[in-house]
Amino acid sequence: MDRLGNGIEAGRLTPAEYESNFADLHPRLDSHEALVAADRCYFCYDAPCMTACPTAIDIPLFIRQISTGNPIGSAKTIFDQNILGGMCARVCPTETLCEQVCVRNTAEDRPVEIGRLQRYATDIAMEQGRQFYSRKASTGKTVAIVGAGPAGLAAAHRLAMHGHSVVMLEAREKAGGLNEYGIATYKAVDDFARREVEYVTAIGGIEIRNGVALGRDFSLSDLTANYDAVFLAMGLAGVNGLGIEGEELEGVEDAVDFIAALRQTADKATVPIGRRVVVLGGGMTAIDAAIQAKLLGAEEVTICYRRGKENMNASAYEQDLATANGVIIRHGLAPKVILGQDGKVAGIEVEYTAMRDGKLVGTGETGVIAADQIMKAIGQSFLASGLGALQIERGKISTDIEGRTSIEGVWAGGDCIGLGEDLTVSAVAQGRDAAESINRVLAAGARPATAVA
Amino acid sequence: MADIRNNFVGIKSPNPFWLASAPPTDKAYNVERAFKAGWGGVVWKTLGEEGPPVVNVNGPRYGAIWGADRRLLGLNNIELITDRDLYTNLREMKQVKMNWPDRALIASIMVPCEENAWKAILPLVEETGADGIELNFGCPHGMSERGMGSAVGQVPEYIEMVVRWCKQYTRMPVITKLTPNITDIRKPARAARAGGTDAVSLINTINSITGVNLDTFSPEPSIDGRGSHGGYCGPAVKPIALNMVAEIARDPETYGLPISGIGGVTTWRDAAEFLVLGAGNVQVCTAAMTYGFKIVQEMITGLSDWMDSKGHRTLDDITGRAVPNVSDWQYLNLNYVSKAHIDQDACIKCGRCHIACEDTSHQAITNVVNGIRHFEVIEEECVGCNLCVNVCPVQNCITMVPLAAGDLDKRTGKVVEPTYANWTTHPNNPMARQAAE
Repeated sequence: MDRLGNGIEAGRLTPAEYESNFADLHPRLDSHEALVAADRCYFCYDAPCMTACPTAIDIPLFIRQISTGNPIGSAKTIFDQNILGGMCARVCPTETLCEQVCVRNTAEDRPVEIGRLQRYATDIAMEQGRQFYSRKASTGKTVAIVGAGPAGLAAAHRLAMHGHSVVMLEAREKAGGLNEYGIATYKAVDDFARREVEYVTAIGGIEIRNGVALGRDFSLSDLTANYDAVFLAMGLAGVNGLGIEGEELEGVEDAVDFIAALRQTADKATVPIGRRVVVLGGGMTAIDAAIQAKLLGAEEVTICYRRGKENMNASAYEQDLATANGVIIRHGLAPKVILGQDGKVAGIEVEYTAMRDGKLVGTGETGVIAADQIMKAIGQSFLASGLGALQIERGKISTDIEGRTSIEGVWAGGDCIGLGEDLTVSAVAQGRDAAESINRVLAAGARPATAVA
Repeated sequence: MADIRNNFVGIKSPNPFWLASAPPTDKAYNVERAFKAGWGGVVWKTLGEEGPPVVNVNGPRYGAIWGADRRLLGLNNIELITDRDLYTNLREMKQVKMNWPDRALIASIMVPCEENAWKAILPLVEETGADGIELNFGCPHGMSERGMGSAVGQVPEYIEMVVRWCKQYTRMPVITKLTPNITDIRKPARAARAGGTDAVSLINTINSITGVNLDTFSPEPSIDGRGSHGGYCGPAVKPIALNMVAEIARDPETYGLPISGIGGVTTWRDAAEFLVLGAGNVQVCTAAMTYGFKIVQEMITGLSDWMDSKGHRTLDDITGRAVPNVSDWQYLNLNYVSKAHIDQDACIKCGRCHIACEDTSHQAITNVVNGIRHFEVIEEECVGCNLCVNVCPVQNCITMVPLAAGDLDKRTGKVVEPTYANWTTHPNNPMARQAAE
């Protein structure tokens, strides 16, 4: 194989290039760097960063604890609010959350590096194996959690703290959800997602059963019959299709599958990639897939997005990261036909779009981009199965703010609910808060009224 | 988990962090907020005698110095004691103490050096249920011109006299707050002990002018073009305060006298340093005024986490632990030899260590080796002074490495002795020779 081979091939790069391309994007700050970064925090009152954090971590306090040489205390401040603070430190789009509202931006256009400081503290505590929480005496209650992703894990940990037993039912072979399968490799190196699952479940009382799927192996009514409460956190298993000609050609795949396969492959040299890759979509998944295609040695990677730059779900930082890695981002191009030759992708015909009267329309002008691989990243969807009469609204599970669903004793959180924000940190917040809601009900010994009539 | 409950001269508080008598403790509103934030105790802002309250200036009361990033390093104030009516304060103190029975509430008092003045106010304070009193012999501005505050603290005989009155007229524990504006801090501490004080607290603020406006030639803070010295506090004064606390802690005449440590406490680490130098607890003001009451959370968790990491279970395990190591210069071990060592991987080649040593010290650090910019210690010249460590901008880049016994000190050509030897027995000491003869 070589760099310029046509088609979808593995081994385009040298071993050294693979290693460097998939190394940690932002290595952990050393202690001196952390002190310098922490020193910039003003310890704001009613800090905007804390308000911007979906899990409401006390950011000024944890940074002050770093600056006074207490990274362990700092980690506890983080974990008190967000037990997956280690992963969030790596994957949160801080540039649109805490760091966006840092008051330092006003004076200097450069925020305190909150995400990297959070990683500094949490890494130290996790490496030392410091467990800050223990289980209360067993309540004798058992809660079933469907899906061992961020929402499920956050809920499991909080329920275990309250003394409940937890059984997690996970369809995949590994726990972690999108942390394990959906994050770009260079954002969570060294098997961090697995290590974090071990750290979270070390509290005890949490059993994870892998390879069992709702709707296939059990139904919601099985769970409500056998457990004291149920928390649904299975994320979005479905992938949106293009619905255009040529979608079935060899070389067309879902970006989420590509990202997951890459994450699960130890030797990146074995992962095939096209010479010319087109990624369709404008979100984080599109960016992650495009950058990693480039890192695998694709010569030309183009993101085609139907709308303008300002409409992209991927943050400006992520877009810059992509372009810095040589990805070309083209706006205002809608996919029209995937072109094939001998049953394989040969290119894609796109149509230029424009906004007319507030509506996105095709202009009729088309063009062709040569490609031997097309990745679809135009959104994921919730696959409802085995849920019985559970109320679904606009394709996702209806809940109230505490995560209560239309069925008594059933809560839900994360990407599968209507309030989901496709963010790890929001899923963690919803899991944690649902666990508190569950605990209130279990502690009261009564079943709740349903939240959604 | 470490137990950081504090028992200071019988006054109990859930932690050793008290707010010092100062603007943050002038009203129930502030003190209630402080207790909600987690402070273990407060010393209420100093009460004066009954009658028309003091008046404050209506212009700036504070001056400051800052680091380059506007980090507040030192604060100076010219605010006087409480300017609210005595009975308003007393009523609020009583209510707050009822609301927060587990927290320490101390009344700071400053009245003229007349027995009747003290005799009159003590029962009023006692009636509030306050846990103790602190005698303000420290404030160096304004009130000192009227014969109170540091004007008393600078005369040990007055200290002893007033403390004695207070011990006579109240059952409450008496904490005597000392001024640092004095040559030898041990003298007022001894006087306070002689008068029967239960404890001392120190330091109060230091006479200071924080700056001068070079356009108007007015000292800062400027009140209509004129300034007065204020009381200096904040991180900048901590080293002075640590020394004074240690001096009292190790003075045979005041040994064992409880000390409430004050002066620039900003983090748990500062507090721990005061405690190990003999303080039974600490009082804080400037840090709270800079960052708000919430900073106590950092102090509580930091102290507790540090104690856990070292296996210290209670404050008694740490209080005074460093005192035996505070020594007169003459007892320092002259056979201890250390040399600076520069970690070449960490060195950023700024050259500050070289020029500090070359221009102002011992010419013991290179700047060029074999034609290349390179900074390295010349052990033959290094006296181990530590200046390079202190001017190096990179943490842990330059470290002091002690030579082991038997190693050759390349500077002196002598082998490092395994034994301890100090100036009192050194051959160059005329007093030592005299003793030997």
